[in-house]
Amino acid sequence: MHRNLGTEILGVMQKRTVVKFLLIFTLVFNASNLFAKESEKEGDGDLKTTIKEFINHHLQDSHDFTLFSDEEAKTHFGFPLPVILWDGGLKVFSSSKFHHGETVAEVNGEYYKLYHGKIYKTDAQGTINYDEDHHATNAKPLDFSITKNVVSMLLISLLMFFMFKSLAKSYKKNNSIPTGVGRFLEPLVLFIRDDIAIPNIGEKKYKKYMSFLLTIFFFIWFLNLLGMTPLGVNVTGNIAVTFALALIVFLITNLTANKNYWGHIFWMPGVPTFMKVVLAPIELLGVFIKPFSLMIRLYANMTAGHVVLMSIIGMIFLFKNWIGGPLSFGLAFALSILELLVAALQAYIFTMLSALYFGMANEEAHH
Amino acid sequence: MEIPNIVGAGLIVIGAGIGIGRIGGQAMEAIARQPEASGKIQTAMLIAAALIEGIGFAALFAA
Repeated sequence: MHRNLGTEILGVMQKRTVVKFLLIFTLVFNASNLFAKESEKEGDGDLKTTIKEFINHHLQDSHDFTLFSDEEAKTHFGFPLPVILWDGGLKVFSSSKFHHGETVAEVNGEYYKLYHGKIYKTDAQGTINYDEDHHATNAKPLDFSITKNVVSMLLISLLMFFMFKSLAKSYKKNNSIPTGVGRFLEPLVLFIRDDIAIPNIGEKKYKKYMSFLLTIFFFIWFLNLLGMTPLGVNVTGNIAVTFALALIVFLITNLTANKNYWGHIFWMPGVPTFMKVVLAPIELLGVFIKPFSLMIRLYANMTAGHVVLMSIIGMIFLFKNWIGGPLSFGLAFALSILELLVAALQAYIFTMLSALYFGMANEEAHH
Repeated sequence: MEIPNIVGAGLIVIGAGIGIGRIGGQAMEAIARQPEASGKIQTAMLIAAALIEGIGFAALFAA
C-alpha cells in the first residue's frame, strides 16, 4: 500500500516536471520564433507590426506545418502537407511546390499561387489581380487540402481512438480494473456520465447521447491542450471548426427532439393565445441562437487566450530590458497555467450546454 | 464627435465583469449558506457565467 502510494506520488511528480518542462519549452520556443522575425527589422513601430503579423499568422490555418522559421535566411523548418484541389478535376500535389507562397505551383498546365493562406488560380507569372479594396479577384479553386488544422484533428482522433481502445480492452482482463492511461480516463468518463449527462438529460435517455458527449468533451479538451504545445496549432480557435461542432449539436438536438419540445417552441402551453403568437418567433430564434453561442464561445475564448498569451510574450521584445523581460515571462507563465484551466473549462461548458440542450429536446410533459 | 470602438469594448468588458462578478459572489454566498449544495450551485454558476460570457464576446466582435 505504502509503496503504491510512493510510486504514485513519484509518478505525479514526474508528470509535473514534464508539464513544467513543456510549459517552459513552449514559451522559449514561441519566443525564439518571434526573435527570428524580429532580428531583421529595426524600430518599435516595425516590431509592433511584426508581432501583430506573427500573431495573425499563428491564428490562421496554413497549408504547411512550419515549426519555426528563420526569416533572415528565408528558411522554414517543418514539413509540407498535401494540397487537394477540385478545379475541373481532382488535383493533388505537395504544398512544398508553393515554397511558402514565394513561387507559382504548376500542376498539369494550370498555375496556382498561395496568397495570404488562400490558393488562387493564376497565369504562369503568378499575377494576382486586385479590385479597388485590394482584394484578390483571381479565381479560387475548391480547396479540400489536408491543412495544419486537419492534420491536428486527425492526430487527436487517432490518439483518442488508441487511448479509449486501451481503456475498453483493460476492462476485459485484470478484473475490470483499468490499467495505464485508462486510470486517468475512467474518472473523467464517469464524471461526464454522472455529473453532465444524467442530471441534464435524465436517467432514461442519457445513454443515447453518451457517445457524443464523451467524444466532444475529449476532442475539444485535447485540441485545446494541443494549442498550448509548441506546435503552434490553433484548431478550436478556428471559427470553421467550432461552427462544425455547433452544427452537429444543432442537428442532434433538433433531430432527436420529441413533440413536447416543438410544442414549447411553436405553441407554448399555459400562456394566453396572444402570447403564444408572440413567443413562437422568439423561441424559434432561440433554436438557432443556442448553437450559435456555442460556436462563438469556444472560438472567442481560445482565440482570445492565444492572442493575449502571444502578445505578452511579444512584450519581451518591446521592452528589451532586464525588468520587462522577466516580468513578461512570469506573466506569460501564469497565463499559460490559466489557459490550461480554460482549456478544460471550455470543453466542460461545451459538453454541459450540449447535454442541457439534448435534455430540453427530450423533456416529458409535466403539467 | 465619433466615439472609438475601443470605448465600446471597454464598456462591454465592464458590463460582463460586473455580471460574472455578481454571479461568482452570489454563488460564494450560497455555498457558505448551504455547503452541501455546492456542486449544484457551481454547475449553475458556470452555466450562467458562460451565457454572459457568450453575449460579451458577441458584443466584443461587433465593437
